[in-house]
Amino acid sequence: MESYALLFAATLNAGTVLALAALGLLVNEKAGVVNLGAEGMMLCAALAGFVAVVHTGSDVLGFVAGAAAGAVLAAAFGWLVIWLNTNQYATGLALSLFGAGFSAFAGIRYVQEKLPERPRFSIPVLGDIPLVGPALFRQHPMVYVAIALVLFLVWFLYRSRAGLVLRSVGESPDSAHSLGYPVRRIRLAAVVAGGALCGLAGSYLAVIYTPLWVEGMVAGRGWIALALTTFATWRPARVLLGAYLFGGVTMLQFHLQGSGVEVPSQFLTMLPYLATIAVLALISRNPAWIRINMPASLGKPFHPGT
Amino acid sequence: MTDLRKRSLLQAAALSALAATALVGCGKSEAPAPAPSAAAPATTASAPAPSAAAPAPAAEKLKIAFAYVGPVGDGGWTFAHDNGRKAIEKEFGDKIVTSFVEKVPESADAERVIRDMVGQGNKLIFGTTFGYMEPMMKVAADSKDVKFEHATGYKTADNLRTYDSRTYEGAYMAGVIAGKMTKTNTLGVVGSIPIPEVVRNINSFTLGAQSVNPQVKTRVVWVGEWFNPPKETEAATSLINGGADVLMQNTDSSAVLQTAEKMGKRAFGWDSDMTSYGPKAHLGSAIINWAPYYTKAVRDALEGKWQGKQQAWWGVKEGAIDMVSIAADVPAETKKRIDEIKAGLKDGSFVIWKGPLKDNAGKEVLAKDATADDKFLGGINFYVQGVEGKVPGGEKK
Repeated sequence: MESYALLFAATLNAGTVLALAALGLLVNEKAGVVNLGAEGMMLCAALAGFVAVVHTGSDVLGFVAGAAAGAVLAAAFGWLVIWLNTNQYATGLALSLFGAGFSAFAGIRYVQEKLPERPRFSIPVLGDIPLVGPALFRQHPMVYVAIALVLFLVWFLYRSRAGLVLRSVGESPDSAHSLGYPVRRIRLAAVVAGGALCGLAGSYLAVIYTPLWVEGMVAGRGWIALALTTFATWRPARVLLGAYLFGGVTMLQFHLQGSGVEVPSQFLTMLPYLATIAVLALISRNPAWIRINMPASLGKPFHPGT
Repeated sequence: MTDLRKRSLLQAAALSALAATALVGCGKSEAPAPAPSAAAPATTASAPAPSAAAPAPAAEKLKIAFAYVGPVGDGGWTFAHDNGRKAIEKEFGDKIVTSFVEKVPESADAERVIRDMVGQGNKLIFGTTFGYMEPMMKVAADSKDVKFEHATGYKTADNLRTYDSRTYEGAYMAGVIAGKMTKTNTLGVVGSIPIPEVVRNINSFTLGAQSVNPQVKTRVVWVGEWFNPPKETEAATSLINGGADVLMQNTDSSAVLQTAEKMGKRAFGWDSDMTSYGPKAHLGSAIINWAPYYTKAVRDALEGKWQGKQQAWWGVKEGAIDMVSIAADVPAETKKRIDEIKAGLKDGSFVIWKGPLKDNAGKEVLAKDATADDKFLGGINFYVQGVEGKVPGGEKK
C-alpha cells in the first residue's frame, strides 16, 4: 500500500516536467503557431536555471532565469515565423538543434558543478498524514504550480475575453485581423509565454528533478511534450492527465522491475508509447474530437493585408 | 513587389543563419583540426608534416585520435577516457599530438568519423565504445599503416587490438562496502543495457555484499540506455521507494548518486570519482583509470613494439581499476578489507569468481573450488543468488 503511495508521489513529480512544457506549447498552438523547438528551449533553460542556482543558491532565481531563457529563444523564434513568415516547422527544428548545441557549448564548465543544499518541502500538518501526506503534500511547490496553471488556463482560454481573442487568432487570423486585433503581436505574446513555460520545465528538470547539468539532459522530454498537446486534443486538463499518464507509466515500469515482477523490461519500456498510440487511436475514431479542438490555422503563416 | 522580394530575401538570410548556427553547434570540437589532407582515406606515405621548421632531425610527432561515444562532460565513462588522453599528453609531451571527437554515434557515422581521422594523418586511433567494433574493423582493413585500439570489443586484426577494464572488480569492492552499510539489507542497481559486462557487475556487486552480509538481496532496474539522467533518476527513485538504501549504477551519469543524496540514502560513484556530486550519499567511487593502458599503447607505438591481434583486460592489478574516496563513516575494518582485496587482486591470491556458485534459479554455475576464466566472465547472462528477477533476454541462451 505504502509503495503505491510512493509510486503516486513519484508520478506527480515525473509528470510535472512534461505538464509544464506541454501547457506552454498548448498556449502556443492555441494561437496558431507550432514550435518544434521545445527540446532546445528546455535545454537552454535547464542550463540557465542551473547556472543561476549555482551562483545565487536561490531556486526562485533559477526558475526566473530558466523562464527568461525560454522566453528569449521563443521571442527570436516568434520574430522569425510571425514577422518574416519563415516555415514554422523548419524554424522550430532549427531552434531545437541550436538549443542543443548552444547549451552543450555554453555549459561545459558547469558539468562538474554541484548545487548548494536547499530546503526540502512539506506542507505542515498535511504532510504528516500517513500514506496520503508524503504523496500529496511533500512535493516541490512547482508540482502544485503545474496543477494551478491548468485551472488558470481553463479559465483563461474558455472564460476570459483575452483567451477568446487568443483562440480566434489561432482559428481564423484573417477574421481576427479584420476585427482590428493585432494578430502578430498576440501570436508573439503566446509564443513568448509558451517559451517561458518550457523554460520553467527545463529549469525544474535541472534544478529540482535531476539536480545536475549535463549535455542533452532533457533527453527527449521536449518532444514528448509536443506529442502530448496533440494527444490531449489541445485541452489543458487532458494535457495534465496525459503528462501524469506518461510519467506514471514510466515510474510503474521501474516500480515493477524493482519489485521483481517478471515482465520483460523491453515490453515495459514501450508501454508509454503504446498508451499514447492507443489513446490517439481511440480519439481518432471520432473525427469531431480532434477537429473541434485543433486550432484551424495551426502552422499556417499569416500575411496581414493580403 | 519590391517589398515582397525584400522580405523573402530577409527570410532566406535568417533561415540560413539559423541553420548555420545549428550546424556549428552539432559538429563542434574536433580539437586541433589540421588542414584536411586529400580526400582518399587510405593514404599511405607522407602524412602532412607538422613541424618542418623544427631544428635537427626532429622526429615526426605521432598523431593520435580518440572517438568518444558521449560528451567529454558526462562526468563518467567518456570523462574517464579523456582523463586518460590528458595523461598521455602529459607523459609524452611534444612527441605526440592528440585530438578527439565526442558524441560519435554507434552507427554508420562512426565509420565516417574514423575514416576522417585516418585521412587527417592520425597513426594511432582509439575507439572507446563497443559499438565501434565493426566500423573499426572495416577502416582497419583499408588502412594498414594505422594502428587501431578498440575498447571493450572482441574482434581483432593485424593492425587492431582491443582493451578493456575489469570494472567488476570495482563493483565487488563497492558491494563489500554496501553490504556493511545497508540497514534494510536491500541493495539497488540501476542497470543500463543487459549485456554480460553489466550483468557481471551486478553479480559481482552482490557477491561482494554477501561476503560481509549473507542477508542482502539486490534489486535491479534497467533503463535501457547508457546516458539519460532523468530516467536514471526515476529508476533510482523507484528502487529507493522499494526499500533499497544503498544504490549502485552501471550508467554513465551521476544522477543515481544525486538521487540518493536528495532522498537521504547512500550510493557510489562509477567510472570516475563522483564525490562532489553527492558528498553525503557518496560511499566511494569505483573508478576506471585508462592512463596506464594508454601510456603503454603510446609507448608501444613510439618504440615500434606495437602489435595487433592482442586483447588486454586490465584491472586492479595493472592499476586500471580502483576504489577511491571511501566515505569517512565506513568502518575501519571494512576499509581494511578493501585494502586486502586490492592487494589480493594485485598478487593474484584473491579471486572474485570462485565456486561453489549458483545462479538465482539454484543451478550450479561454478563447481566447488573452480575459478572462472575470462571466457566464462565474458558470457555471463544469469543473476547469482541474491539478485532478484531475471536477466532480460538472458534465459534463452
